[in-house]
Amino acid sequence: MPLNVPEQDYMYPGHVACPGCGAAIAMRFFLKAMGQKTIIVLPACCWSIIAGAYPQMSLKVPVIHTAFETGGSVASGVRAALDIKGDTETTVVTWAGDGGTFDIGFQALSGAVERNENFIYVCYDNEAYMNTGIQRSSSTPYGAWTTTTPGESWKRMRKKNIVEALVAHRIPYAATASIAFPEDLIRKVEKAKKIKGSRFLHFYTTCPTGWRIPSEISVKIARMAVQNNIFPLYEVENGVKYTINYKPKEFPVREYFKLQGRFKHLTDDDLAEIQEMVNEDWEILLRKAGTQ
Amino acid sequence: MKQVLEGSQAVAEAVRLSRVTVISAYPITPQTHIVEYLSDYVADGTLKASYLKVESEHSALASLVGAASCGVRTFTASSSQGLALMHEILHWASGARLPIVMAEVNRALAPGWNIWADQLDSLAQRDTGWIQLYCEHSQEVLDTVFLAYRLAEAVSLPVMVIMDAFFLSHTYEPVDLPEQKLVDRFLPAFEPKFQIDTADPVALSPLVTPDFYMEMRHNTAKAMEESILQLAEIEEDFSNIFGRYYGPVEPFLCDDAEIIMVTSGTMTGTARQVIQDLREKGEKVGLLKIKLFRPFPTEIIRKILGSAKKVAIIDRNFSFGAGGIFAQEVRAAMCNLPDCPWIFGYIAGLGGRDVTTDLLEDIYWRTKKSDVLSGESIWMGLQEEDHAVERS
Repeated sequence: MPLNVPEQDYMYPGHVACPGCGAAIAMRFFLKAMGQKTIIVLPACCWSIIAGAYPQMSLKVPVIHTAFETGGSVASGVRAALDIKGDTETTVVTWAGDGGTFDIGFQALSGAVERNENFIYVCYDNEAYMNTGIQRSSSTPYGAWTTTTPGESWKRMRKKNIVEALVAHRIPYAATASIAFPEDLIRKVEKAKKIKGSRFLHFYTTCPTGWRIPSEISVKIARMAVQNNIFPLYEVENGVKYTINYKPKEFPVREYFKLQGRFKHLTDDDLAEIQEMVNEDWEILLRKAGTQ
Repeated sequence: MKQVLEGSQAVAEAVRLSRVTVISAYPITPQTHIVEYLSDYVADGTLKASYLKVESEHSALASLVGAASCGVRTFTASSSQGLALMHEILHWASGARLPIVMAEVNRALAPGWNIWADQLDSLAQRDTGWIQLYCEHSQEVLDTVFLAYRLAEAVSLPVMVIMDAFFLSHTYEPVDLPEQKLVDRFLPAFEPKFQIDTADPVALSPLVTPDFYMEMRHNTAKAMEESILQLAEIEEDFSNIFGRYYGPVEPFLCDDAEIIMVTSGTMTGTARQVIQDLREKGEKVGLLKIKLFRPFPTEIIRKILGSAKKVAIIDRNFSFGAGGIFAQEVRAAMCNLPDCPWIFGYIAGLGGRDVTTDLLEDIYWRTKKSDVLSGESIWMGLQEEDHAVERS
């Protein structure tokens, strides 16, 4: 079945992302929906490299590279300048990783969305500091190995629920999307583009390098995350109106964990515990959506 | 038109007259009235600008980096802790060659909590690639904001307009507030050399390998150097329109002086009085005020101080393990002169303590009587009691 996505590409071939990089796939789909009139604010993340080293560039839209924790603040300034100049056509986008969003950039992001700055903030989530060598972030899931949660000290804290943190700010639009569901992703980007104020998109982007998976199953893992309810696809409007976009019938997580090297140390008991956590999170989401 | 203005308001009036279009600020402990006056001007429409009330000083400067990248005139104000928090972004602003102007109110850094005048906050940022201009009085602060925008936009570097806390920021003085049309003549609408444009996509501040990094730094170094010449031209233009002139340094009775005292900021006014009093007593003493600290006007300072026998530098700041920072810089500027004067470094007025006429006179006599040259800083006015906590 052919994909129903726009033809035009805003990425050049030959960028330096790792094979199977979910973040590269996400950017490609994202820009197809955004179009030319887009300015990207890019705090430190994998994409700081993928976008190209001077004097080269892998994107066909302007990029402002900036410090790790400034995704929310730099975008606020860009928008203010465009408003003063009377430019209402251009959309300002912050494109940040999970470290720059969940951790070091959270303050500036929270400040920006509390002010309801008119921009789209995309967090492409690969669940650790991948560019710097696979260190844990507050997005790293329970059970994961990283270079800073090695051996027996694998991460025993749950992943921060970033979407709910943003929803608590009562922003006009927050949504999750996956590289394995490009039509859903593009629909959400197009929807976000039409809304004014702060919009938050949480993209699930696999990292074969950091997750210790073969690059060819990158999209498969992303699909399983949705099918297993590890990464549910949903939207929240104005902090209250929940819409769940995909509801699987049953959701055993075991296979998802077994395929990834970062989880290979987990025992059956650990996986049973994780299954309960996933079930619990899903129940909470269903309650919020009023569709229990 | 002469008006009695608070130093902070003089800054705010200058920002309004400069037709700044994006302001971003945060009321960190401590901010000053500058941002409050500007809030009023934006609210009542006398300044048509977008004012971002961000959640930190870090975000204040970062948001201006974003705005300035789009080619608009920008402003922020900061002080001590807030400036320290901005440190990382100071580099981003200068590295991206953005002509942002900031008013920096010199306040002491904690601990202990002290919001009074002390220059260590801005001097600790001397290597960030910002032009630094230290002001003496409210008129100079107001005028320097105009000069700062002209200079920043001419050389594509950010500029700090620096003023002492309270002695300047919270003190009311008569200030000649120029008419808008005169300011417009001196400072026309900003024509950016570069701005982000979706029709011409580029990457600003991207990854730079060792193949190019040094050249980029060298370009910034050249712009810094060029700013000394540019400032001279801009000041000439300024004095033609407004009839006032400051210069990168301001010598006072230095031509025949055997001892020259060196100051910056508000203590200069006090020092002027002391120099006049000493002159009346027949002492051959002069005063050099340093206004431009970055870039450091080495050649100009060598010319003025080179003919003196002794130089006494008074620092309202201290770099632990190295001494007063103006003293370090002056020593470095003078060190290769064949007949380098003896240079004495004095520390005074830290954390807002008064630098009085008596204290400055004391510094003069000490310098005159001294027949041994020591590189060590001399701390003036220390109380005998040592409040240091010793635990046994």
